[in-house]
Amino acid sequence: MSLDTPAGHLAVRMSHVQKFFGPVHANRDASLDVAVGEIHAVVGENGAGKSTLLRVLSGMYAPDGGTVEVFGRDVTGWRTANAIAAGVGMVHQHFMLVPTLTVAENVVLGREPMTGLTYDRASAESALGKLSRETGLACVPSRMVSELSVGEAQRVEILKTLYRGAKLLILDEPTAVLSPPEVGELWRVLRTVRDAGATIVLVTHKLDELMDVTDRITVMRQGKTVTGMRTSETTPAAIATAMVGRAVRLDASGMPVGAEGREVELARAVPDAGGPPDQMLISSAHDRIALSVPAAITSTLAPTPAYTDTPRLRLTAVTVAGARSKTAVDTLSLTIAPGEILGLAGVEGNGQTELIEAIAGLRPVTSGTITVDGTDITKYSIGKRLAHGITHIPEDRHARGLVLDYSIADNLILGRQKQFSSSGAINRARTLAFAEDRIKAFDIRPTDPNLPARALSGGNQQKIVVAREMPADFRVLLAAQPTRGVDVGAIEFIHDQLRAARRSGKAILLVSAELHEILALSDRVAVMYRGKIVTEMPRAEASEEVLGPWMTGAQS
Amino acid sequence: MSGTKTAIEEGVLPTLTALLVALVAGDLLILSYGQSPSEVWRLMLSGTWGNAYGIGQVLYKATTLVFTGLSVAIGLRAGLFNIGAESQLAAGGFAAGVLGLLLPVSLTPWLAIPVCLLAALLGGAMVGFVPGVLRARFGAHEVIATIMLNFIVLAFLNWAISATGLAVTETLHTPVVLSTAVPRLAAYVPMFHGSAANGTILLALLTVVIVAWLLFRARFGYELRAVGLQPMAAESSGIRVPRVWITAMVLAGGVAGLGGTNFVLGYKNYFEDGFSGGAGFLGIAVALVGRNNPFGVLLAALFFATLSQGGLAIHALVPKQMVEVLEGIVILAVAVSVPEVRRLLRSRPAKAAVTTPVQA
Amino acid sequence: MLLLLLLQTLRIAIPYLFAASGGVLAERAGIVSLTLEGFMLTGAFCATLGSFYFGSPWMGLLLGVAGGAVFGAIHAVATIRFKADQIVSAVAINLMVVGLTRFFLRLAFDSSSNSPRVAGFGGDGNAGVLATFTNPLVLLGILVMPALAWVIDRTRFGLRVRAVGEKPEAATTLGISVDRIRYGAVITSGALAALGGCYLALDQHQFTDQMTAGRGFIALAAVIFGRWTPVRAGIACLLFAFAEALQIQVQGTGVLPSQFVSMIPYVLTLVALAGVVGRAVPPAALGRAEG
Repeated sequence: MSLDTPAGHLAVRMSHVQKFFGPVHANRDASLDVAVGEIHAVVGENGAGKSTLLRVLSGMYAPDGGTVEVFGRDVTGWRTANAIAAGVGMVHQHFMLVPTLTVAENVVLGREPMTGLTYDRASAESALGKLSRETGLACVPSRMVSELSVGEAQRVEILKTLYRGAKLLILDEPTAVLSPPEVGELWRVLRTVRDAGATIVLVTHKLDELMDVTDRITVMRQGKTVTGMRTSETTPAAIATAMVGRAVRLDASGMPVGAEGREVELARAVPDAGGPPDQMLISSAHDRIALSVPAAITSTLAPTPAYTDTPRLRLTAVTVAGARSKTAVDTLSLTIAPGEILGLAGVEGNGQTELIEAIAGLRPVTSGTITVDGTDITKYSIGKRLAHGITHIPEDRHARGLVLDYSIADNLILGRQKQFSSSGAINRARTLAFAEDRIKAFDIRPTDPNLPARALSGGNQQKIVVAREMPADFRVLLAAQPTRGVDVGAIEFIHDQLRAARRSGKAILLVSAELHEILALSDRVAVMYRGKIVTEMPRAEASEEVLGPWMTGAQS
Repeated sequence: MSGTKTAIEEGVLPTLTALLVALVAGDLLILSYGQSPSEVWRLMLSGTWGNAYGIGQVLYKATTLVFTGLSVAIGLRAGLFNIGAESQLAAGGFAAGVLGLLLPVSLTPWLAIPVCLLAALLGGAMVGFVPGVLRARFGAHEVIATIMLNFIVLAFLNWAISATGLAVTETLHTPVVLSTAVPRLAAYVPMFHGSAANGTILLALLTVVIVAWLLFRARFGYELRAVGLQPMAAESSGIRVPRVWITAMVLAGGVAGLGGTNFVLGYKNYFEDGFSGGAGFLGIAVALVGRNNPFGVLLAALFFATLSQGGLAIHALVPKQMVEVLEGIVILAVAVSVPEVRRLLRSRPAKAAVTTPVQA
Repeated sequence: MLLLLLLQTLRIAIPYLFAASGGVLAERAGIVSLTLEGFMLTGAFCATLGSFYFGSPWMGLLLGVAGGAVFGAIHAVATIRFKADQIVSAVAINLMVVGLTRFFLRLAFDSSSNSPRVAGFGGDGNAGVLATFTNPLVLLGILVMPALAWVIDRTRFGLRVRAVGEKPEAATTLGISVDRIRYGAVITSGALAALGGCYLALDQHQFTDQMTAGRGFIALAAVIFGRWTPVRAGIACLLFAFAEALQIQVQGTGVLPSQFVSMIPYVLTLVALAGVVGRAVPPAALGRAEG
């Protein structure tokens, strides 16, 4: 491993860090050198151990091996309080704000200015006001945090670290939840903070972002640091190669494309044979696209399955309320034909979750209708929807997908327990026989149907969900983040299942945070932004570059 | 299977720990009273399992505890903490007692007793229904609701018995009704003579089996446990979670209510204000120590009944209230050691586990 | 008549105010307060012991508060250190306290029902104005809720209690020890609730078996009915006490059976929980044992 060691003074030097969570080896040999005054990105695929490494740095986790030095001092195993005292501040991916306290109270918490016995509210608010003016991070100190927008809340998070005199700022996927103007604003702020002498480390897996804003990059893969490079001396292709672990070529749309595509999820950008129907036949409005598709792909396109006039799934002007907004889904319409995968791209938090939950019956629809094969199911209960052939791979497997303490067999019949019971009792013999069949068909390991689901790896747990939600007779599948946190082999397997279902005429709504997954599987790609579908195009026309501006609201 | 082994260890170790702690605490209490621990423990054993009367009394006390323990266990399996077994028990006993009064004296016991049992079931179920609905419809936490309802129901029963002329003058109990009397065990096994053990014990055993079947074999139990373990996953699979909550609380209330017949039909043959006497609260301990398993509940009920009867046996040497302290200590020790044991067992390095990187 | 009614309301409310203040503090820090009954009973018994052996109600007060703090600490260690279920721990503690007070009632006073007469405050159950307002615990009881409101709203400890009960992980990332704040809150809550028990015992100049008689649960009802804020919980205490005082005044007139009056706090709490008049929303982290 050859790290490009920066010249000058080091703000951070982490060497050979190890971190276990039970049997999971999240960091197996991670090193990180950050020079004072730079903006440094840690990149890697999901599960590469980026967040873990930064949490070790910020004192949230104690490492199980290796050393951590900050500003030249050995601080291995320090705690959050030590880190804060040493000028290290972390902005978490999920905001660490107390919603029932004011902005000022959140900022000063743990370092409250005092007058005598009481916490000095006035001086807290004035200190915050001053800080806000100096940094250009606007805020209203007396507002309740529960009233803030996502962008405002993130500003409060940054102010929290600056108030504590942070010289080293750590940001975990800071742009994941931001709208494009907010992203631009964030970069402006971070540059200001950097120019004032601070050092910034951030996690991201968006390559385009880090090209603009960072000075250096460290790449992680499977818990290890694989390389470090200067942003000015590298290219997205080189970074992608390092992330994936072998040569990646970029397709015409700028997506990294794997050469053989067996074990690497990034390689999924190229649809395989038996893939999508030829979009050009059905979407005359978008005929230009062929130009942007590499010849190799066009030549492997499968013949178009018969498209009927009736879509399997049709949403008409559907509005759904969310936790924060009354129009989390805003008069949205879409259709999915039999044998079609519609990929729904978008920055998380733009209503995808609410949309899926509304179709699944978990969340009431405020207005509009949902039909499946012509039948209006808007008012159906969840159970009735299931009986009508609507199945759902939920985005949060642990909360919604599985009963972790139930056996594999019991999980496989969840939702269809009625079919597996006679005179009120679950028929165990039939359940076990069914389970053994599914375990074999979906290659679930270990194969003992009586093991609790909790004992399985993430990939095998997800296979239980997929096996259950893709029986022979379903019509519409709602696949939300179907491969999140899943190992590469299982990703491959699940993708194959989705493609097989498409071939047999099912309709699939795919929501994924991974653009390359959407591009790899979809026949059509739609972009969701602020509760609406802002654009829709055939797969062949879609690319990261085309979708990016739509996803971020830059184009409308 | 290592999974099964861990499960058994997780189930048994906390209980053993708790017993050990209780033993030590008991020693200290006994010593503080200037008595010899070994002698007191021996007396406790001989006064309970050492003679037929003692056994009979233990069985009688265990009978009520089986019902209230099952009631709490049913709730917990559905993810609901039923603190209301006390008032459900009382309401069940009241319903059975009052219906016994209303039935014609000439009615055959073969009909009269089942009718009263049904009344007890319904009486308890009604009290369980309220927190179930409050939880399902309004999201009101069942712990608070059942506690509040305990006070409301017990006050109501106190009023019903004292202010409506139901009670025998100068007492707080209804007249004796013999037509609905469940026979004492002594009628068939003479050595139990004098003890309160009665035929309700068979009903308790039957209820254990039925509840075990319902929870672990029936589709109803499959859905109920799924709701208790992971309500969101159950919801996603089409199970109507609010409905399961209501059903579970109705069932829990009904089972606790049935427990009231042990006193009302089997022992005194009348309803008396305050007869529940904490057996509903002790049901929490029984369910906890029995690890929410119906057969575990049966064993735990015998254990707590032994403690409670044993208190009387040792009263000559040490105040019987010592057992109340021990009960509390057992509950606390189980509560403390359950998560601790689980943590220790689960942090044991899993040999077969794959080392997959965690989501970063 | 009216003066008598108000005076009686106040005297009934004092133990509620103490216990409910403990309840508000612990629950705002995220720890369930089903333990108030046990804390109160501990306070009553220890106060009696202290007053009996040292001949001074002040020593009784000291011992009573210490006893409450000890049981607060037991609840805290069980639920915070060992992450025991907070409700189960509370049930155990309440049961244990009843047993312990009875056991030591026998041991210390050789009685199963009550202690001998001990030195106390006020006029021995005398409900007169002078007797009431010369009882230091009455004065303290009147002040406890406003004081708690000040602590929670204005002090650093209060700010941190609010943070810890609402979003403990946020406090952790700022280097605040969630556990330490919770220990402080729960132990203090034990001491505060015990003051309510001290008042009962020292006002009646003796301890009687189970003398708290469910007052801890009425106080908990007041906490919920008052939506976890000190001032509103205090008003709820006064409201519940007023209903009781009214019932005592109209006793025998047959207007409303006493049993129904005693239901009032519980029924009102159920109504508040069901959200019929403004939904009662508990602190977000209440009952969760992480952090």
